[in-house]
Amino acid sequence: MNAGPSATMTNPANTSSPNEINLRKPDFQSAAPAPNGAPDEVAIRADKFDGWYGEFHALKGISLEIPRCRVTAFIGPSGCGKSTFLRWMNRMNDSIVGARASGTLTLDGEDLLSRTRDVVELRRNVGMVFQKPNPFPKSIYDNVAFGPRLHRSFRSSDLDELVENSLRAAALWDEVKDRLKSSALGLSGGQQQRLCIARAIAVGPEVLLMDEPCSALDPRSTASIEQLIRELEAQYTIVIVTHNMQQAARVSDRTAFFFEGSLIECGDTDEIFTNPRNKRTEDYVSGRFG
Amino acid sequence: MMAGLPATARARRSPAAIAASAPANSQAGRRAADRSFLALCLGITSLTVVILAVLLITIWNDGHGRLSWDFLTNFASRKPAEAGVKASLWGSIWVCAICALSALPIGVGTAIYLEEFSRRSRLTSFIKLNIANLAGVPSIVYGILGLTAFARLFGMASADSPITLGNPESFFYLQLPFGHGVLAGGLTLMLVVLPIIIVSSQEALRSVPRSLRTGSLALGATQWQTTWNITLPASIPMIMTGAILAMSRAIGEAAPVLVLGVPLFIRSTPTNLMSDFTVLPLQIFNWAGRPQAEFHELAAAAIIVLLAVLLTFNAIAVVLRHRLQRAAG
Repeated sequence: MNAGPSATMTNPANTSSPNEINLRKPDFQSAAPAPNGAPDEVAIRADKFDGWYGEFHALKGISLEIPRCRVTAFIGPSGCGKSTFLRWMNRMNDSIVGARASGTLTLDGEDLLSRTRDVVELRRNVGMVFQKPNPFPKSIYDNVAFGPRLHRSFRSSDLDELVENSLRAAALWDEVKDRLKSSALGLSGGQQQRLCIARAIAVGPEVLLMDEPCSALDPRSTASIEQLIRELEAQYTIVIVTHNMQQAARVSDRTAFFFEGSLIECGDTDEIFTNPRNKRTEDYVSGRFG
Repeated sequence: MMAGLPATARARRSPAAIAASAPANSQAGRRAADRSFLALCLGITSLTVVILAVLLITIWNDGHGRLSWDFLTNFASRKPAEAGVKASLWGSIWVCAICALSALPIGVGTAIYLEEFSRRSRLTSFIKLNIANLAGVPSIVYGILGLTAFARLFGMASADSPITLGNPESFFYLQLPFGHGVLAGGLTLMLVVLPIIIVSSQEALRSVPRSLRTGSLALGATQWQTTWNITLPASIPMIMTGAILAMSRAIGEAAPVLVLGVPLFIRSTPTNLMSDFTVLPLQIFNWAGRPQAEFHELAAAAIIVLLAVLLTFNAIAVVLRHRLQRAAG
């Protein structure tokens, strides 16, 4: 579907723009070797992964591989553990008292669960977009610049460029370029969510985790976010949790079906939706339960 | 015929049918209750306003004749015509400034620790409980604590031959123990307002949505970066509101300062942290306790000055809060 990181990055809305080249991933780490390997290589690997909240066994023996520069969708009924699993990938569960995990979870072959792992650096590399848009009560510009400023000291011209490129990559630039200094809280829900995506992109992550990013949005905003996910796929490994099976079918290349804390089936999205191997998967995707 | 059947076999009635079978409440009665509650609330509100108005009018009537520039620039005197509030006004300003400068960083810092950094444990809940209780301790008790801790330094250094830095005339003069100078007064008032500031700052921090913190942490911010850049700016307006209330209390306190043993009659303004001082509430207390009517007028005038200082403090804080709110939004 996608040939590679740069070839598919042609957004029709921006082809006339002289800054089309800026659609490239905002890269302020150009000195470092390109973090991304070839597409389809395994980016995140879980092997016999178990997660607990206190005594509650939330995830049971999860083994799956998430390919690079592809969209992987997690589906399943509420409480099946898909969001929990997502939150382990950037260690957002660390702040939850009683959350613990065992087994293997790696990103690019490096252990994600290790106590010595620098979570700050991990989260720079693994961005997250939440269910409800959560822009900071700051200007649009400061929202996007927030992440980069945490990690580096920028010349203001570089920061301007980074903010612009991030907003372009999130397909928001044209709508907000004249009011970068006004409050982000004045944006519509869909715009706020795209701003949150721009904010996540601005720190130059490799992986984007999206936890039901459209569930608080109207259908039109949902469509724009889905299109955006398709465009971002060329450069980011994307994992999206969704309750909406049509959405999973529309945006993802791979789909993993979770049920009661276990991974029931994981495969190409087309396979899962047209020819599932497991009866429960079939029942779920055909709408018989869940 | 249904009565004889078990409940499950009865025809289920629809919610609408059940509702229709119940007698309606009196519409007129509900409206009357509504109106009388409104009237009650209005009555109670106007009562407080009337009390405040009566207070202000009486004080203004008694005191406005004594208000003049001389009243602000003269020291207290045995002759009512020459008496003024210069010493106590400056004493109040010094003490409140010291109180604000020490209580705000400590109070907000404590709240940040308790809300943002501490893990939930028995110790932290014990600390939180104690702080909440401290907010209800009478201020005179803090006066005694201030006397022991600051004025006498737990008796560790002799008050007769204090350890000194500089000489009493220099602006940086310090001594241990502090004695009953403005520093001891300000720190004692700090003890009084600290619990209030901590509790209100905790409320302010708690009012910031958790989603903002997770959003920041998910971008790779450290706990401190999140607190400094996101949580604190979002809660500053509420923290300021708490601080205003706390400072209003501090400037009106007489008891803890009285316990420190400050002189009731002084003819100088503070020049350094160890200077003798008195505060407006003590000056009012002193004048109000004298038998002559002239001194009662002076007390009323001093109350007007105290209220004016209080309103100035509040106005500054409101402006500051407004600025910060705009900067944050």
